[in-house]
Amino acid sequence: MTITRRKFLGWIGGAAAGSATIAGTLAHGASNKEFKGYPNSFGVLHDITKCIGCRKCEQACNEINTMPAPEKPFDDLSILEKERRTTSTAHTVVNKFISSVPNSSNNVEQNKNINGDASGNSIALYVKKQCNHCLEPACASACFVKAFKKDKTGAVTYDASLCVGCRYCMVACSFNIPTYEYDEPLTPRVMKCTLCLPLIQEGKLPACVQICPREALIFGERTELIKQARMRIQKHPDKYVDHIYGEHEMGGTSWLYLSPVSFSEVGMREDLGTNSAPELTAGALSAVPIVVGLWPVLLTGVYAISKRKEKIAQEELEQALAAARDEAEEITAQKLAELKKKMTKEKETAVKTEVKKVLDEAAKREKAAQEAKADASAEEEK
Amino acid sequence: MGLQDTIKNRLSNNELIKNSLMKSNLINNPLINKIEWTPLNIITAIILFVGFILTIARFFGGLGTVTNLDDNNPWGLWIGFDLLCGVALAAGGYVTSSACYIFGLKRYHSAVRPAILTAFLGYALVVFALNYDVGRPWRLPYPIFYSPGTSSLLFEVGLCVFLYLNVLFIEFTPAAFEWLGLKKIRNFVVGLTMLLTIFGVVLSTLHQSSLGALFLIAPSKLHPLWYSGYLPVYFFISSMFAGMSMVIFEGSLAHKYLHHKMDETHLSESDGVVLGFSKAASFVMMGYLGIKLIGLSIDNNWHHLFTSWGLWFLFELIGFVALPAFIYAVAAREKNVKLARVASILGVLGIILNRLNISLVAFNWQLPLDQRYFPSWMEIAISVFVVTVGIVAYRLITAYMPILYEHPNYKHGDDSKNKHGHQED
Repeated sequence: MTITRRKFLGWIGGAAAGSATIAGTLAHGASNKEFKGYPNSFGVLHDITKCIGCRKCEQACNEINTMPAPEKPFDDLSILEKERRTTSTAHTVVNKFISSVPNSSNNVEQNKNINGDASGNSIALYVKKQCNHCLEPACASACFVKAFKKDKTGAVTYDASLCVGCRYCMVACSFNIPTYEYDEPLTPRVMKCTLCLPLIQEGKLPACVQICPREALIFGERTELIKQARMRIQKHPDKYVDHIYGEHEMGGTSWLYLSPVSFSEVGMREDLGTNSAPELTAGALSAVPIVVGLWPVLLTGVYAISKRKEKIAQEELEQALAAARDEAEEITAQKLAELKKKMTKEKETAVKTEVKKVLDEAAKREKAAQEAKADASAEEEK
Repeated sequence: MGLQDTIKNRLSNNELIKNSLMKSNLINNPLINKIEWTPLNIITAIILFVGFILTIARFFGGLGTVTNLDDNNPWGLWIGFDLLCGVALAAGGYVTSSACYIFGLKRYHSAVRPAILTAFLGYALVVFALNYDVGRPWRLPYPIFYSPGTSSLLFEVGLCVFLYLNVLFIEFTPAAFEWLGLKKIRNFVVGLTMLLTIFGVVLSTLHQSSLGALFLIAPSKLHPLWYSGYLPVYFFISSMFAGMSMVIFEGSLAHKYLHHKMDETHLSESDGVVLGFSKAASFVMMGYLGIKLIGLSIDNNWHHLFTSWGLWFLFELIGFVALPAFIYAVAAREKNVKLARVASILGVLGIILNRLNISLVAFNWQLPLDQRYFPSWMEIAISVFVVTVGIVAYRLITAYMPILYEHPNYKHGDDSKNKHGHQED
């Protein structure tokens, strides 16, 4: 089923009534939840083979967002010669790429006829660039004031009344989409495509889709668009590379692209991987509670250990001191005892000698007395 | 301790009291009363004046008038240098205070206050500089108080830096209270030391690492040699030796210009601090090299080494991590303080190089040359201005407050946190 503007307008009425009550929700930061987009959310399929680089979408975007008029008018196609990016006054730009290996035959002819660009084997391809409205937007995940939200309609919205102007969203966006009003001194805003959310809520199409003269842009439910894109690839395998850009890139985007040549040839990065931005930072964020929980315990433990070591060292020091003191005391006591012994001995010897002396003296005297007695008796006998 | 020593101590205490009285006397202070027009002061005055003019230009003309930032390069020198380098080089605060208070290395006690002061000034200046960089600085409290975006790593950075700035401020206040003679409240704050130190390490771990994790969201923009799932770990580990290098480097500057402010304890301990930190920094740097190699292997990025980006990567890793690690090791072994100071300069430059590589040089490496960013002279001038404000504040505070010496009334032994402090006397 091809969703044309008319068909879409027919059934959008009901959807719009419901979408009025739809409120945005947060990006899932650190979780293992897999988020495959809001059910029934909208998207845009950009078929690069159909784009003729007329820049009408740029003009419509400029007007709906009441941007200042550009230096060169929108019908000046010479501007396509240089690759451009989105700016704070241009939410969408169309770039021209010369591809040397065309994949299709019909389309090349068409392009030739219209633009006269193709020469020989090369073919001019035009690619529209704007916010891809990721299913899990890097900008929303990176924003530290929740200024970005993924709306249930699919649009990634920005609330300037919260924005601090840190520009981390611009660092985070893999598609280099958000821009900044650097020359605004007081109220600088981050600027990017809004998917014309106000129009969608009114039941209208985004301005660029509305104006596209070649149906290179188709608005619809994202799941339907993917089916549609698959069908086109299947129907014209010669016309398209077998890849829907945006189906899985960075976790999936609301804008989807079909191309006749590899996407890197038309300025779209093919090395972004399929991980959404929140998945890239989930690991680091999940470390926070571990650090908060573990560090105080560990550090208090280290502190306690170092304190205890100190205490034990102190105790050991005291013990050593006490032991040294005891030893010294013991040695002194021993020495004293020895001295005492020695002294007693000396005393004893001295007493003994004295006694001996006295005894000797006494003995001598006795002997002398006896001798005298003997002498006397001998005298008497005489 | 002999009686003679005691008398000597008493005498030097008296001298210190006299000195500190002189220091706290505004009239006698040359910085306030009569500014000497030395070449250094003249340069300082010029920088401050230019900074003032550019501040006006920034806030009346918008970021576009003074910066070279554009839609592809939303972050420039003010994030790369003022924020990333500022926070990394202010890591000396948590490194020194945790070494002293948690790991019980009390020989580093005299290094804590200068390190805390540098860290506090560093973080204060980071926040000051952020006011220039963000579009609507008056909304800086929004992420914390009004609309917290908890899925953002920048939220983690913001919350931790905010809390840690407060922690550092409280850790710094005892010096101010001693200067003002508010003994009771000073003792109360000193009693919180352990709590604050642990809180500080938790917060530092979180925001040092999440500054690296900021870039996890942009694998498509950062060169694979610098992009790694380990970016948060790299940032945290490197912040340790950044902090140590900064303590050594700042110490050598302080010795050159503020020698007269230092007391005996500080002077006698400072060589030990330098050599101890040299050894530690050497070990941490070696470990950092190891995990860098692991990162290189896990992502199998070896083939990038043979490109010009690889040479630049090796220049950073060998010239500013391996080389200073080696010099630090030699310095610690030979007890060569001068050599350690040489290594500290390399270490500090290495951190600056690494942070600038990740945020500016290897960021957006795939863009054509004419779309790459190079700072305008005005951005550089503002960064120089911010650093100069920091140096002036450091000089003013060390002139008045007991940072490089201990206040005689609050000697080491008096600290309730250091009941065994008297052992060191």
